[in-house]
Amino acid sequence: MSYERPKLVKTLVDINYMLKEAPRKQHFITGAQAMAEAVKRANVDMAIAYPITPQSEVMHLVGDIFHQGHIKEYYRAEEELGTMSAIAGASRAGVRLFTATSGPGLLRGLEAIVSWSGHRVPAVLGILTRVVNAPLSIQPDNIEMAYMMHCGAVMLHAENQQDVFDMTLAAFAIAEKVDVYIPVAVATEGFFVTHAKGYVQMTSDELALTPFDSVASPVPAMDNETPPARIQRDAPVQKSNFMSYLIHAVWQQEIWDSNKRAMKYVYEYLGGPIEVLNPESEVFVVASGCAAAQAREAHRASQELGLSVGLIKVRAIRPFPVDEICAAAKNAKKLIVPEHNIIGWLAQEVKAAIPNGGIVVGGPRVYGGMTLPVELIMKEIHTALGLEFNLKL
Amino acid sequence: MTKRVTQGPAGYMPQSAPSMGVELAPKGQGLLYGNVVTEEEAMRDAAIALLTLANPTIFPGPQILWDWRDDVAEKAAALLELASEIPNCKIIPMPDYRPKYPKIDVKAEINPNHPNLTILDNKIKACIFIGVHCHYANLTLRMIRAGTDCYTIALCAYMGHEEAMASINDLHASDLRRFKEIVIEERKKLGIEWTPTEPPRNPSLPKEDNSTLSPVDYGEYRSLIMTKKGEHVTDVE
Repeated sequence: MSYERPKLVKTLVDINYMLKEAPRKQHFITGAQAMAEAVKRANVDMAIAYPITPQSEVMHLVGDIFHQGHIKEYYRAEEELGTMSAIAGASRAGVRLFTATSGPGLLRGLEAIVSWSGHRVPAVLGILTRVVNAPLSIQPDNIEMAYMMHCGAVMLHAENQQDVFDMTLAAFAIAEKVDVYIPVAVATEGFFVTHAKGYVQMTSDELALTPFDSVASPVPAMDNETPPARIQRDAPVQKSNFMSYLIHAVWQQEIWDSNKRAMKYVYEYLGGPIEVLNPESEVFVVASGCAAAQAREAHRASQELGLSVGLIKVRAIRPFPVDEICAAAKNAKKLIVPEHNIIGWLAQEVKAAIPNGGIVVGGPRVYGGMTLPVELIMKEIHTALGLEFNLKL
Repeated sequence: MTKRVTQGPAGYMPQSAPSMGVELAPKGQGLLYGNVVTEEEAMRDAAIALLTLANPTIFPGPQILWDWRDDVAEKAAALLELASEIPNCKIIPMPDYRPKYPKIDVKAEINPNHPNLTILDNKIKACIFIGVHCHYANLTLRMIRAGTDCYTIALCAYMGHEEAMASINDLHASDLRRFKEIVIEERKKLGIEWTPTEPPRNPSLPKEDNSTLSPVDYGEYRSLIMTKKGEHVTDVE
């Protein structure tokens, strides 16, 4: 049975209008829906999916919006390595791309994903974090982000459903800048954000971003005259035996330079890589993603108790806001870093960023799908201030 | 002005200009030695380099060699006008980015995988990159800064290049003609006599003869050859 997808006529707008000026209406939706709604407005040419089960509904919902005519092409690959390799191949032809995955699926696709930056693939990748096996669990834990942090991709970490919507739209614009042109990952905690509903201010779905411009690119699109033989024969990247070691070295530099250049667009589209509340405080809670929501609650509770506590929410994990955190924490005596993983990758990053890393309190941490009670953060706040706290959970 | 990005050789493992804190100039401004300056200031310094250093050469890339966009033909014409005003200027293209083997013809082209061969063999001390895709331009400019003492100029249609000594962004044909006028002005100031003359023809590579190609010529990649409709290639693994 054939089905003809509707041909939608949308008003094309640039990202600044979409994010900053277009009228918005409030909706009560899940984080997965928020990501799919952003994709609906992003004028995506192609989405390729292997929706690891269970992760989130994102790629199922993206399949629905393909059916509704919002996306030009969509297919389900054989598994994650196939998905991520297909994203790289499609990118060579010069199109706007989206996929999403999670936990073990992300790690299965990682070999292809880590080559995206070097191949200058400006795709957007949703990461809906869950426990990495074993033991098997389907609950949230963001340790997988640690594996992503060294591949050159830009990484944004969403606190809530609204962040998911805005960051996903911004991700397309950031990825496609000629001076960036590397993948942008938008991560958020599975289940806590993807399966929970929150208020999201959304633009009309009759708007769509202006189309992908394949000519405005730092690398040429593939020679499509004789695929795949020509691209294999003349592969610009892999043929190391005909390339100097120096070009490999400067190529890697170029990826991280591109990552660094993304920072100005994080400012332009998202207001900056960090958000600071109570900048004059001596004790800060530094957090990203879902932990930032709990940290925000701990900050509110501290205000009610009259405690001088600040909040530094980290929106961009790559490029990491070294200068911004140094400036925000220049008078701090303690930085408390709550996280949803066992290794404490954010605490490590913060320690490395500031000159006095000894003030970083690496925790509280929860993992394996456990929730992060605000009381755990409150206990650390009290300890940092030299106060007693009777922890009751 | 503190010069943050200067002629090389910067050495074995060059630090990238962005990692040294150099940021791209906003639209309407240029970069000179890693500092944001007016476009005119960057153009004047570049013009003096082209007029006073040995063997000035223009390296046009695919984006100006082929007609990708409406404005390319006019830009290419303006580039030839500019080249005519630079005494003894040569044009050596970077037509593509694939590694050239067994050996590049350094008189005929430059390649991002080993740009220093062309720079050093031709003793080029000042050069312009134009129309080279930004990724490859950045790699090439950094490798030239690492291994040669060549003064590099980037004329870029997009964001510009931190690695070049002088960089102009958002380049149009009108900017090329403005640069040409600055070259003429500086040439007069320096007292250099010159009648506008187009650069010599590039010693193009011999024409390829594909009529005798066999699968064996493709070496380890011969199994990837796509056959023509109806053709049956037997001489493969």
